[in-house]
Amino acid sequence: MMLIITAVLFTAGLGALLALIIGATARAFAVETDSRIETVTEMLPGVNCGGCGYAGCADFAKAIVEGRTLPVQCPVSTSVHTARIAEYLGITAGEKEKVIAVVRCGGSCAVTVRSPYNGVSDCRSAVLVAGGAKGCDFGCVGFASCARACPFDAIEMRDGLAVVHPELCIGCGKCVDTCPKNLIVLTPAAVDVHVYCNSPEKGAVKTKVCKTACIACRKCVKAADNETQMTVNGFLVADNYSNPPISDLVEKAKCPTKALRLASKHAAGAYEGVSK
Amino acid sequence: MSDKPRKFKGGVHPEDSKALSASKPVQTAPLLGKYTVIVHQNIGAPPEIVVKKGDLVKKGQLLAKATGFVSVPLHAPTSGTVTAIEKCPGPACVSVPAIEITADGQDEWGSPFEPIADWQNADPAVLKQRVVDAGIVGMGGAGFPSHVKLSPTKPVDTLILNGAECEPYLTADHRLMLEQTEDVLLGAAILARILGLETAVIGVEANKPDAISKLNAFASNYNVTVQTLAVNYPQGAEKQLIYALTGREVPIGGLPMDVGCVVQNVASAVAVADAVIKGHPSIERITTVTGEPVVNPGNWRFRIGTPISKAIELAGGVKVQPAKLLLGGPMMGFAQNSLDVTVMKNTSGILLIPVEQVSQYTSEPCIRCGRCVEACPMDILPATISQAVENERFDWAEQLNVAACIECGSCSYVCPSHRPLNQHFKRAKAEILAAKRKQQKK
Repeated sequence: MMLIITAVLFTAGLGALLALIIGATARAFAVETDSRIETVTEMLPGVNCGGCGYAGCADFAKAIVEGRTLPVQCPVSTSVHTARIAEYLGITAGEKEKVIAVVRCGGSCAVTVRSPYNGVSDCRSAVLVAGGAKGCDFGCVGFASCARACPFDAIEMRDGLAVVHPELCIGCGKCVDTCPKNLIVLTPAAVDVHVYCNSPEKGAVKTKVCKTACIACRKCVKAADNETQMTVNGFLVADNYSNPPISDLVEKAKCPTKALRLASKHAAGAYEGVSK
Repeated sequence: MSDKPRKFKGGVHPEDSKALSASKPVQTAPLLGKYTVIVHQNIGAPPEIVVKKGDLVKKGQLLAKATGFVSVPLHAPTSGTVTAIEKCPGPACVSVPAIEITADGQDEWGSPFEPIADWQNADPAVLKQRVVDAGIVGMGGAGFPSHVKLSPTKPVDTLILNGAECEPYLTADHRLMLEQTEDVLLGAAILARILGLETAVIGVEANKPDAISKLNAFASNYNVTVQTLAVNYPQGAEKQLIYALTGREVPIGGLPMDVGCVVQNVASAVAVADAVIKGHPSIERITTVTGEPVVNPGNWRFRIGTPISKAIELAGGVKVQPAKLLLGGPMMGFAQNSLDVTVMKNTSGILLIPVEQVSQYTSEPCIRCGRCVEACPMDILPATISQAVENERFDWAEQLNVAACIECGSCSYVCPSHRPLNQHFKRAKAEILAAKRKQQKK
C-alpha cells in the first residue's frame, strides 16, 4: 500500500515540477505573435491557390495585417468576405477588377486535324516530341496540363480542348504558366466576347488544319461599336481588353468560322460541332 | 589494336532490319521541278537568308549566310528561280521558314569555290575555311556544324570517323563506305590534315563486313586504321564510340576534345572531300528510304529540299498504308505529321512503319527491375529520374545527372512497363534549361 502511495506522490510531484519549468520557460521565451494574423487566416478561404501572389493563405494574411497588401487581392473571396476582413482590421478592403482565364483556342478534336500520340499525357512533354499532336502549331495541345493545375476544377477538357468555366474560374492564374503554347490569358471578368484563336499564320494555312480559326476577315472589327474595340495583328484579330467590345458583337459580327465567341456560351458547349 | 570487336558498357540489341536496303546500290534521284529548302538545318544559330523572291540562282549559290560561329551557310540545290520564301512543315512538326526554288532544268553550277586539288600541301587553315564555307554539318543525324569540332581549344590526338550506323534500318553510310570508299578515306585524310594529325581511325559495326574489308583494302594508302565495332546500339553515339575505340570517357557536360578526340561522321567526311577536291558545297546526301510498307526500299542520293512524298514515290510508293513516318532511324528518329517535310543535310533515313509495328501501349508503374539501368550507356538511373520527373521534381532529376542523357532511347526500348522514359528526360532537360535561363534573367 505504502509503495503505491509513494509512487503516486512521486509521479504527481515530478509532473508538477516539470509543468512549472515548462510554464516558466514558455513565458520567458514566448514568441510575440499577432493574433490577428491567425484570425485573418481563418477568415480566408484556405485554398492556398497563390492567386494573390503570396505563398498561401497564411502568408497573405500576414501581408494584410502588416499593411503590405489589401484583402481584395484574394481572388477567391467574395466582396462580403473581404469586407469582413477589412472591418475586423479597420482598414479598407480595396478595389480590384475580377479577372478570369481564357484559353484562346477553339480547336477541339472535331474541328482540327490530329495525329495519333501515345506518349506522356502532359502538354509540356508532348510539345517536346512533335510539337504536340494537333495540326496547328499554336493551338491547345489537349493533354490537360492546365486542368490539372487548376485548384478550382474550372477547366474542363472537352473533346481535346481546354474550356474554362467562367462561373468557376477565380482568376488565380495558376494555369497560365502550364500552357506550353502560352494560350491562356487573364481577362477582365466583365468581358464575355473573346477571339478563340491564337495562330498568327495566314488564313489559308490556318483553315487547312482548323475549321474554327480566325481568318482575319475583319467582320467583327467593322461590326464593333468603334474601331478600337478589336485589334488586328497580322492575320489574327483579338479583343482590345482596355476598351472591350460588348456581348452583342457576336450576334452582329456573324463570324464565319465562329472563332469569335461568348465565353459563357463556349463553356456551355454552344459552339460544338461548328462546321463550315 | 586487337581484332576483337570493340564495345561500350550497356546498350541494347534491337533487330536491325538492314537487309531491306543494305544490298541496294545508291541511286541518284532525278532532278525535280521544285525544291523547298528548309533554312535552319543545323544545331546552333539559323543562317540569314541572302536571296529574295524572284532571284535567279545557280546550283551551289549561297542562299543564306552563317550568323556566328555555331552556324552554317546554305546553298542552292539546283539552278532556277527563288519562287517563295515562306513557312513550310519542318522536321519537328512545327512550321519553319524555307526557300522554294523552281528549277530551270539546266542544273548549272555556280559554285563560289575553286577546287583545291593539291590538298596535301594546302594550308590547314584554308582547308578549314572551306569546311566552314561549304556548310557541312554532322550528317549522321545531329546536324552539328562540322567546323566547330575542327576548331578544338584543347590538344587533340585522335580523329575518329563514325561509320557505326547503329540505328536499325539505316544503310546510307554502309552503302557510302562501300561505293565511295576512297572518298571516305580521302575525307578522313583531309580532316586529319586540318587537325594537324597524321592518322585517323574509322569505326564500323561488325554487321557490315563488306564495307570493312573494302575499307581495309584502301586504308593504308591514306594512313587510316579500320576498327571493327561490336553490334550494339547506340554504338554510333559520340561518347560510346570514343569509349569503344580509345577507352577514354568523356566527362558529363564535356566534349570529345576534353579527352583528345574529334569524331566526324563518314558522310560528313565525304562532304569535306567533295568541298575540297571538287569545290562543291553541301547540297546533297545519301538517304535510306525504307520500312516494310515501302515497295522498293533502297538508298538514294537526294538534294536538300526534296519533299519526303517525292522520295517515297521514287521508292515505288507503299504496298500497305503505313502508320508512322520517321525521319532518321526507329530509335532516335522524329515522327512526322506531313509528307511535305523536305530532306535536310542530316536526314539519314526516311522510315515508314506498318500499323502492326506501332505499339499502342499505356505507361505502367515502374517495377524496379533495373533493366533500364543495365541498358543505359551513360550509367545514369533512368527509373529514378523518371519518377522525379513524374513528380515534377526537376531539381532532383538534375542531381541525378539527367543532363548526361544522350536520348538514345535504350531505356524506353527495354522497359517492360512501357514507360516513356526518354520523353521524361527530354522534359526534365527542357525544364532545367528554362529554369536556368529564368535565373540568368534575374
